[in-house]
Amino acid sequence: MKKAIKVGVLALLFAFLLASALLMHEFGKPAQTEMDNYFIARGQEETGSNNIVAAVVFDYRGLDTMGEAAVLFAAATGVFLVFRGRKKDE
Amino acid sequence: MNKGMAPRESEGMTPIIKTVALALAVPITVFGLYIIAHGHLTPGGGFPGGAVIATLVALFLIAFGKDIGARALNKKMFSGLETVGLVGFALLAFLGLGSSFFNNFLANSPGLFGMAIPFGPNPGFMWTAGTIPLMNLAIGLEVFAALSLIIILFFTEGEDK
Repeated sequence: MKKAIKVGVLALLFAFLLASALLMHEFGKPAQTEMDNYFIARGQEETGSNNIVAAVVFDYRGLDTMGEAAVLFAAATGVFLVFRGRKKDE
Repeated sequence: MNKGMAPRESEGMTPIIKTVALALAVPITVFGLYIIAHGHLTPGGGFPGGAVIATLVALFLIAFGKDIGARALNKKMFSGLETVGLVGFALLAFLGLGSSFFNNFLANSPGLFGMAIPFGPNPGFMWTAGTIPLMNLAIGLEVFAALSLIIILFFTEGEDK
């Protein structure tokens, strides 16, 4: 019984993945290109940056980058907190 | 170094490694600063550039041992630098609040980094992209200080009292 459930779930997953792979858009041709085309056409002009990735990371999606930096800050703070006030040989 | 004895862990490694670490200090720093400064022109930016400079701290701690490392590398200073980087980044974002948060108010303006660039391929001009280079600098400082702080803390195991 248990084995039948496992096989059934795996078969379902396999069928789902197979169907997804067959329905997927053609390789190298993304389904939606409006955003890409916008960044390529206007990014350089709007931000003055040659590097479109930098333009997206630091301008269009700057809030995301700030969260990323805050995560690193929190990590360093956490490590500082873990090692806080541990005295030598005591 | 003690006569005829293996160097203790706290004294660092052999003079060869110490000399090489000192010789590598300048190229590593320059390369990291180059990656940070050209973030808006070439692949790279604040995150990888800061990580590159932070490797120097790891190299120095291993080469010179944790006693010298802990004395020379002040944790409070790195903590402060990290805060300055993150607050500077947020401040630059807030300065554009006239139109929206994270508005690139310096791009295509007569001010700093305000040079307009022609569309399409171009040689890459340094004084372009508005707030992006400044934000790269802030993020570079933050990443460098945070990674260095984590490396120092793990390496010295909090034995600072």
